[in-house]
Amino acid sequence: MIETENLTRKFGDLTAVDGVTLRIEEGEVFGFLGPNGAGKTTTVRMLCCLISKTSGTASIGGYEVGNGPDSLKIRKLIGFVPDSVGLYDELSAYDNLDFYGKLYDCTEAQRKENIERFLKLLGLWEKKDVAAGTFSKGMKQKLAVARSLIHDPKVLFMDEPTANLDPESAKTVRDFILDLKKEKRTIFLNTHNLDEAQRICDRIGILNTKLMAIGTPAELEGSTRGRKTVVQLEQVNDAILAALKKLPLGNMTVDGNKLTIDVTNPEKENATIVDAITRAGGRIQSVTVVGSSLEDAYLKLVREEK
Amino acid sequence: MRLSKSWVIAAKDFKTFSKKKNIIYSIAAVPFIVAVLIPLVIDFAGQRNGAAGIPEARLVVLLPSFLFFYLILAAYLPTPIASYTIVGEKVEKSLEPLLATPTTDSEILLGKGISAFLPPLGGVFGGAVVFMILMDLVSHGTLGYYYFPNWNTGIVLLLMVPLAVAMSVGANVIISSRVTDVRTGQQLGAFMVAPFAGIYVGGELNIVSLGDTSNLLIISGILLLADLLLLYVARATFRREEILTKWK
Ligand SMILES: Nc1ncnc2c1ncn2[C@@H]1O[C@H](COP(=O)(O)OP(=O)(O)OP(=O)(O)O)[C@@H](O)[C@H]1O
Ligand SMILES: [Mg+2]
Repeated sequence: MIETENLTRKFGDLTAVDGVTLRIEEGEVFGFLGPNGAGKTTTVRMLCCLISKTSGTASIGGYEVGNGPDSLKIRKLIGFVPDSVGLYDELSAYDNLDFYGKLYDCTEAQRKENIERFLKLLGLWEKKDVAAGTFSKGMKQKLAVARSLIHDPKVLFMDEPTANLDPESAKTVRDFILDLKKEKRTIFLNTHNLDEAQRICDRIGILNTKLMAIGTPAELEGSTRGRKTVVQLEQVNDAILAALKKLPLGNMTVDGNKLTIDVTNPEKENATIVDAITRAGGRIQSVTVVGSSLEDAYLKLVREEK
Repeated sequence: MRLSKSWVIAAKDFKTFSKKKNIIYSIAAVPFIVAVLIPLVIDFAGQRNGAAGIPEARLVVLLPSFLFFYLILAAYLPTPIASYTIVGEKVEKSLEPLLATPTTDSEILLGKGISAFLPPLGGVFGGAVVFMILMDLVSHGTLGYYYFPNWNTGIVLLLMVPLAVAMSVGANVIISSRVTDVRTGQQLGAFMVAPFAGIYVGGELNIVSLGDTSNLLIISGILLLADLLLLYVARATFRREEILTKWK
C-alpha cells in the first residue's frame, strides 16, 4: 500500500530524512518511532504530497508521490492527522467536519452519515454544535482524527495523535485506531511512545534520519540482549543461589534479598527461575522484568548513530 | 481549477466571519459612517454659509473627490479579512490539514481571495450607495439636479474599486506569507491605502483632475497592471511547499 525507496529530503545542508526504504501492506498498522528531529513529520509530509522529496521514490496505492496529477489522487486516498490539530475554532465540531467532507467531494448523505458515526465513536456527538475552540486538547485531537476519516480513506497518516493526551483520552484514540485496523485501513503512525507502538502496531520502524531498524515488536525486542529479571525473596540462601547457578542463565547479582538476573527470553526463563527457587525452598515475594525491551532496542539503535 | 472547491473554502470563511462580529463591523461600519458623516458635514457647512449654501462651483469639485474615500476604503478593507483568514490560519496551523485535501494551491488561493474580496466590495458598494443618496438630497437644493450617479462614479465604483480591492487582496496574500501574527499583517496591509490616498491628495492639489474621465481610465489601467503583477507574485508565494517549509 505504501512503498518507499531511498526516500530522502534535505533542507539546505541538513538531511532530514536519509534513504528510507520501506513497504507497508494494506491493513497494516505501522509505527514510526524516533527521537525529536528524527524526520518523522518530514517523512509523512512527503508521503502526503505536502512537501517535495529531494530524491528517491515513493508510492501510495500505486500512485506515485511527487508526480503532479497523482498527488491529487493520493490526497483523496489518504487521511491525515497533523501534529497540531489545526481546527477552525469559531466553527462547530460538525461544521469543521462538514467543510472537509465537501472538500473531499462527499455527498451530503455521506457527510451526514460519517460525521455522525465518527463523532459518536469518539464520544463527541453531544458536542457537535459546540465551537471547536472551546474543546479541551483531547477533544480537539479526537475531532482532528474524525476529520481525517470523513471521506473513509483507505490509508491514514497520524502524526503523534496521542501526544499531549491524558492516559484515558490516549486510550480512546488507541482503541479507535485498533477499530480502524479491523476495517482494513492502513495506518501510518508517528509516535514517541514506545509502549503505544508496541501495543497497537503490527510493525515498527525506528527512524533517526536513517531508518535504523524495521520489524515486528517481537523481532525488534529479539534484536537486543540485556533484559533483566528481578526476583524479590523472603530470604536468600546458598541453596537457592546454587540451584540458580546450575541453570543456563546470564549474569546474576545479589543485593540483600533481591536477585537481578540477565535474561534473554524472560517469558520462558522466568518460569525456570521461579521453579528452581521454589524447589530449593525459597519463598518468592515478586518477580519483575526490568525495562521495556523495545525501549532497550530503541535506545540502543538511536544511540548507536550518535 | 474547480471553482466549486474555491467556493467551499470561501463559504467556510464567510461562516467564520458570521461568528466573528468584529470582522463584520470593520467591513460594514466604516463605509457606512463615511456615507452618513460627509453629507452631514456638507449640509452643516452649507447652512453656516447662509442661504446660498456651498457655491455650486465648489460643490461639483468636492462631490467627485469624496468618492475617492471609497477607493481608499476599498484598498483598506481586505486587510483585516486577509490577515485573519490567511495569517490566522497560519498561526492556528489549520492550513496544513487543508493542504492535505485533494485541493490545488490555486483553488485554495482563489477561495481565500474570494473571501477577502467580496465582503469589502459589498461594504464599499453599500456605503457608496447610501453616500450618493444622502449627498444627492443634501446638494439638490444648490445644484438643482441630482449629481449622483454619473459616468465617472460608474468608473470609480465599478472599475476602480474592484481593482483596488483585488490589488489589496494580492498584496495581503504576499504580506501574509511573511508575517507571523495577525496584528503585524494588519499594520503592513494598511499601507495599501497609500497609493490611493496619493491619488486623492493629487486630486485635491489639482495635480490630476479626478473629474476627468480619461484620467480615471488611465488610473484604472495602471491599477490593472499592478493587479496582474501582484496576483502573479501572490500565486508564486502561495505554494504548498513554500507555505509549509518557508512561511514562518
Ligand atoms: N522547513 C524546514 N526547514 C529547515 N529544516 C527543517 C524544516 N522542517 C524540518 N526541518 C528539520 O528536519 C529535521 C526533521 O524534522 P521533523 O519535524 O521531520 O522531525 P520529527 O521526527 O517529526 O520530530 P518531532 O518528534 O520533534 O516531531 C529536523 O532537524 C528539523 O529541524
Ligand atoms: Mg514531528
